[in-house]
Amino acid sequence: MRKVHDRGGWPNEDPIDHDEHEMEEWERQVDALNSVLGEKGLKNTDQLRRAIESLDIKSYESLAYYEKWTAAMEMLLVEQGVMTTEEIDAKMNSMQPEQK
Amino acid sequence: MANNGAAKYKPGDLVRVKVGVPPTHFRTPEYIQGKEGRIETLWGAFPNPESLAYGGDGLPAQPLYQIEFSQSDLWRDYKGNSGDKLFIDIYEHWLEEI
Repeated sequence: MRKVHDRGGWPNEDPIDHDEHEMEEWERQVDALNSVLGEKGLKNTDQLRRAIESLDIKSYESLAYYEKWTAAMEMLLVEQGVMTTEEIDAKMNSMQPEQK
Repeated sequence: MANNGAAKYKPGDLVRVKVGVPPTHFRTPEYIQGKEGRIETLWGAFPNPESLAYGGDGLPAQPLYQIEFSQSDLWRDYKGNSGDKLFIDIYEHWLEEI
C-alpha cells in the first residue's frame, strides 16, 4: 500500500487552491529553525522528509505544511537525544496561550 | 557529485521502473512504478537519499536520471494530448533494463 505522502494520481475532484497567502510569523520561525538545525548538522532534507512521511494519516491530513515540519523536527531532535518528549511537553505546558 | 563513469544507462535507453514499497524512505512515486520510459538525461551521481534519510553518508552515490514517460502510459483513460510527456528524476537502483 502506498504511503500517505505519495499523492500522485489520487482521485480527487476538489479544485486546487491557487490563492497566495502571506507567511505568518510562526511559519517564518519554523523555516528559520529548520535552517539552523541543518547548519548544525542535526538534520538534512531527507531526514525531514522521512520524518514527515512517518506521520499517521490523520495527522498528515490535518496538519498544515509548517506544522508537519514542526512535528518532523521534534521527532528528529528526540531521536538524536538533543531533547526529550517530556522536556518539550513540560515547556509547552508551562506556556500560556497568547492573548488575542 | 557528477561522477558519470559508473552510470549503467545512457540517454535514449529504455528502462522500466521497479515496483516496491519499502517501509523506509524512498523517492519513487507509486504512479510511476512498473512503467516503461526512456532515459532523457543523466544528471550525475548523488548521495543516496534512502541512506541520508537515516543519518547515513549516502554512499555509494547513485546515478540520477531524468526519464521521459508518455502520459497516456501512466493514466488510465488519459484525456490530454496523445503526445503529452512526463519527466521525472529517478535513481538508478530503481531502474531495470527492458
